Amino acid sequence: MAFLFNDFASWKKYCAEHDLKLHETVLDYEQEQKGRIPDEIWAGLQKAYGVMKEAVETGLNEDMSSRSGMINNGAKKVFQHQQVVLSKEFQNLISRALAAKEVNSCMGRIVAAPTAGASGILPGVLYTLQEIHGLDDQKILEGLLIGAGIALIIEQKASLAGAVGGCQAETGSAAAMASGAIVYCLGGDVDQIFNAVAITIQCMLGLVCDPVAGLVEVPCVVRNASAAAIANSSAQMALANLSGVIPVDECVDAMGEVGQSMEARYKETALGGLATTPTGQKISKSVLIQDIEMLSDEDQE
Amino acid sequence: MAEKSSVFDMIGPVMIGPSSSHTAGVVRIARAAIRVLGGKPEKSVITFYNSFARTYEGHGSDKAIIAGLMDFKTDDPRIKEALEIAEKEKMDYTFKSVGNASVYHPNTIKLILEKEGRRVEVIGESKGGGVINIAEFDGFNANFSANLHTLILKADDVRGSIAYIANILSHDDCNIATMSVSRKGKNAQACLVIEMDSGLKDVTLAYIRSLKWVKEVIYIPDIDL
Ligand code: SF4
Repeated sequence: MAFLFNDFASWKKYCAEHDLKLHETVLDYEQEQKGRIPDEIWAGLQKAYGVMKEAVETGLNEDMSSRSGMINNGAKKVFQHQQVVLSKEFQNLISRALAAKEVNSCMGRIVAAPTAGASGILPGVLYTLQEIHGLDDQKILEGLLIGAGIALIIEQKASLAGAVGGCQAETGSAAAMASGAIVYCLGGDVDQIFNAVAITIQCMLGLVCDPVAGLVEVPCVVRNASAAAIANSSAQMALANLSGVIPVDECVDAMGEVGQSMEARYKETALGGLATTPTGQKISKSVLIQDIEMLSDEDQE
Repeated sequence: MAEKSSVFDMIGPVMIGPSSSHTAGVVRIARAAIRVLGGKPEKSVITFYNSFARTYEGHGSDKAIIAGLMDFKTDDPRIKEALEIAEKEKMDYTFKSVGNASVYHPNTIKLILEKEGRRVEVIGESKGGGVINIAEFDGFNANFSANLHTLILKADDVRGSIAYIANILSHDDCNIATMSVSRKGKNAQACLVIEMDSGLKDVTLAYIRSLKWVKEVIYIPDIDL
């Protein structure tokens, strides 16, 4: 029986006992659970990574304006801006995460990773990581497998859906996946990878899901950029062995607990947070269809 | 034990944004509906209910439903331009919005489709993650996911008919996953919906079509192919 991704501690134990690398267990899991052969799995990952990179390019090169007007080629603006805050690499990271997410909001093709709302984070992070460190695709695909393992555990112990666990579950999980992948790709060991996940969750904990007008645009797009930055800052800390103190499994439990106690208005219902600010409501009024027939309670079909 | 997620649920699916329930699920409802109709509709009336009623434009579900009616797949980049393409193809369609229909799931769409004198009414629900439920077909309870191969029969309500059909399918090595019967009244016509793990042979379908008490046969192989 292959390892089942219930928690991080047993994932590590299983790897040690069977002398397997983290990504190899994910590969085994997919073979056993879904009956796919390794070639198929690698091909699927390569396709996904291809779509991710394509989304980055599309977002930086094509017109990205949404019907609501809330998204208007933001990634391009950031990418081309003359003034650099930290470094060109940082600017690239931010603009690429924005780009892939804008493609999602503008009805382009993306990879939900783990969800559509968080679809800019892994593309922005991995594209930039590969470029800076000259990594080959195989390494990135192994990083994706580890990211998938991380998400499988978060799904088990907490949630990956904004409607269930708030935005921490979507962009937070994506950042955790990305952070673990970075540490793996740069040669970190299992403890460092898991510690990167723990630190990332600590940074993203509590984030509510409050999309303006219920559209996956504001704040979703900018949160993809900040989550990409947090994935990198966490990886930097984890590689230097700065401990997150709270073990990764307990961090995920905390995320589950916070998600559970979050009120419904912070779970994708657009009834709280940024969605109910005066400006949020004004936008909502202009975007949502007002001319609808309302059935009265008796008048049901 | 609940079914375990795949690596490609975590890194995937590859899809058209913005969200699986507003894009992929909606495309799939339309793809199922045109298979019930038996081709591209000449005329379509599309009603968005409840939560969909206000948000369908903002989320691009109008483009998604039209794309599905033109038989585009869920990851087809042309979904974004579906309305322009439909305009060029002179597609005849109308959108309606109805709120507060508490009998329906929050994300429900009703499609009334017409083609060559045939008219069908399909009600579909988008349940998140691209998963759908075709709740009703021509007023009968249908409740199928269109994930598998689906066989829909309208038949006279004769005794033993269900067992007979199940028997025919088993001779075609067909594993029945779900089966449901709905009737509009006693001895009235019945609608039989059968979801199967594998596809049916043409001869089996032809035989079922030849049965006197079977009035209509709709066969829907995997809609994502
Ligand atoms: S705010 Fe909600 S809809 Fe937007 S990315 Fe976060 S979880 Fe998804």
